[in-house]
Amino acid sequence: MAKILIVAEHANGKLNPATAKCVTCASQIQGAQIDVAVLADDAGAVATQAAAIQGVKRVLKIENAANKEPLAAVLAPQVAAAAADYTHVFGPSTTFGKDLMPRVAALLGVGQLSDIMAVESAHKFRRPVYAGNAVITVEAPQDKKLVATVRTASFQPAGSGGSGSVESAKVSAELPTHTRFITRSAAATGRPDLQTASRVVSGGRALGSADNFKIIYSLADKLGAAVGASRAAVDAGYAANDLQVGQTGKIIAPELYVAIGISGAIQHLTGIKDARTIVAINKDGEAPIFEVADIGLVGDLFTVLPELEKALG
Amino acid sequence: LQRALSLTVARRRPAALHFHTSLTEPGVSKILVGLKRVVDYNVRVRVQPDGTGVVTDGVKMSINPFDEIALEEALRIKEKGGASEVIVVSIGPADTQQQLRTGLAMGADRAILVQAEGQLEPLAAARVFLKLVEKESPQLVILGKQGIDDDNNQTGQMLAALWNRPQATFASKVELDGAKARVTREVDAGLETIEVDLPAVITSDLRLNEPRYVKLPDIMKAKKKPLDTIAIAGLGVDAGTQFKTTKYEPPAARQKGIMVKDVAGLVAALKQKGLL
Ligand SMILES: Cc1cc2nc3c(=O)[nH]c(=O)nc-3n(C[C@H](O)[C@H](O)[C@H](O)COP(=O)(O)OP(=O)(O)OC[C@H]3O[C@@H](n4cnc5c(N)ncnc54)[C@H](O)[C@@H]3O)c2cc1C
Ligand SMILES: Nc1ncnc2c1ncn2[C@@H]1O[C@H](COP(=O)(O)O)[C@@H](O)[C@H]1O
Repeated sequence: MAKILIVAEHANGKLNPATAKCVTCASQIQGAQIDVAVLADDAGAVATQAAAIQGVKRVLKIENAANKEPLAAVLAPQVAAAAADYTHVFGPSTTFGKDLMPRVAALLGVGQLSDIMAVESAHKFRRPVYAGNAVITVEAPQDKKLVATVRTASFQPAGSGGSGSVESAKVSAELPTHTRFITRSAAATGRPDLQTASRVVSGGRALGSADNFKIIYSLADKLGAAVGASRAAVDAGYAANDLQVGQTGKIIAPELYVAIGISGAIQHLTGIKDARTIVAINKDGEAPIFEVADIGLVGDLFTVLPELEKALG
Repeated sequence: LQRALSLTVARRRPAALHFHTSLTEPGVSKILVGLKRVVDYNVRVRVQPDGTGVVTDGVKMSINPFDEIALEEALRIKEKGGASEVIVVSIGPADTQQQLRTGLAMGADRAILVQAEGQLEPLAAARVFLKLVEKESPQLVILGKQGIDDDNNQTGQMLAALWNRPQATFASKVELDGAKARVTREVDAGLETIEVDLPAVITSDLRLNEPRYVKLPDIMKAKKKPLDTIAIAGLGVDAGTQFKTTKYEPPAARQKGIMVKDVAGLVAALKQKGLL
């Protein structure tokens, strides 16, 4: 029987919704027992939230002052030790999980499967490669622990109302001091979070300046949407790096995605393929973004957007 | 305190002591850079009709874009006096020499080709890098954050684990300070800065730098730079595969959309979908 340990992602005492998406993925494995590990200096609040996810049996609190910040080099030996009784160890395919899980796998002497998008069985999964230009079916060995990351855009978060138990777990692992957290700068925007928002408005290079990019924010606010950007817009300094959508930015699956002045390079499209409805506004009718758009409008964004805002009231 | 700290670390791990001493000697600090040969990022990759792979015949191959950035960073560190030698490493078939020559033309001092055919998983690549690390004792290994072919994003983290050294992944800024590095990382929440003791593994993100263009005279000069080839079998690492890919499929196609003429049309279409 599959026993799956999911590594919780959290910040400031809040569980990241990516964890509940990992639970959904894990629960698609027949008869799986699903536990969640919360590594923190004080895991209490997060553990309570994790225990309430439907389908979670046990929550392991792994508490240590060194776990205050999520440093992969510090967390990995503890996760590897906690993984002893499990057949599978899953983490989200976020920067947290991508940083941590391969280190866990290597400590366990096994490979890692990245970005599970579909479960076929306990040892057979599907995942995207080549920026989503191909989807492969991969079989993992039955006789080895499977360490994997879960592509969060492919799974809905598991519901709440569960009643898992919460326990303190002691793991014996030597923790390195060679890696130290200094600071994290997160723009507090007061807007919906890009990764979980149901609506996203993104701007591209066409915006031309950080100042012009404000019209993206303004439209997003009208729609109650999060703001995203293409790599070109981020590189040019029009938008912050954490707004980048795509192969090397965030992979998102909103109900509505509005791409404004974005050409639709394959690296960008891979980040929005799972959006329910894609709207594209671009002055070039031949732009590849129109190949994936559900609703396309050819026009100059600097005239279209003010009109659109007006129409939205 | 710093001194005491590094001493305790050193006592626990003899290997670390060795690296710390080697760092104090000028002229011996090396940077190892991984260059993976991948299908060029401009190519629209297609799945073979029989589902056994993607079409690679006659397709342009290049250095993985993240690895060019990794190499550029290594070269800049060297140019600022932070390293004495930049070594580019690739694991792949004989043709991979082309990418290594490009790396040499960009400015690397020498190249190592670990010749290997067929599928190579990140854990195997990390094991190969560990062998070379043991041989070369670099102060830094800079890899790309991910290969744009398999999109794995694993090798650097695995190498750091096997080597028992720090990892600073998704780097957008690297500042060396003696036996330490301060690295700014692109994380989902924004930017995170960590400090790591050297030696360490860094993986590059897109905004770390903009790689230089190769000039013709450099290409000529690169032909004379050393490129050693070693067979993967000779390294004594377990390079076997653990995962089996049984099928390649094209991604699910999206339904064809509609074009609207103006803002009124757009608003109407959004209303029809229940989005307004
Ligand atoms: C390894 C690698 C990884 C990458 N990862 C990502 C990633 O994660 N995310 C990402 O986005 N990109 C990524 N890229 C970059 C990608 O290839 C493209 O370069 C980028 O997406 C282009 O951004 P853009 O569409 O804003 O700019 P452009 O391609 O320059 O497109 C601008 C568009 O705006 C339109 N336009 C211009 N003026 C107007 C106007 N007034 N009104 C309306 N439309 C107008 C133009 O017709 C054009 O279509 C990656 C590239 C590489 C090599
Ligand atoms: N076969 C290889 N040859 C050289 N470098 C590699 C190889 N495989 C992986 N790497 C390095 O590891 C990084 C991450 O690769 P991956 O884990 O496959 O996404 C790449 O950007 C390279 O720097």
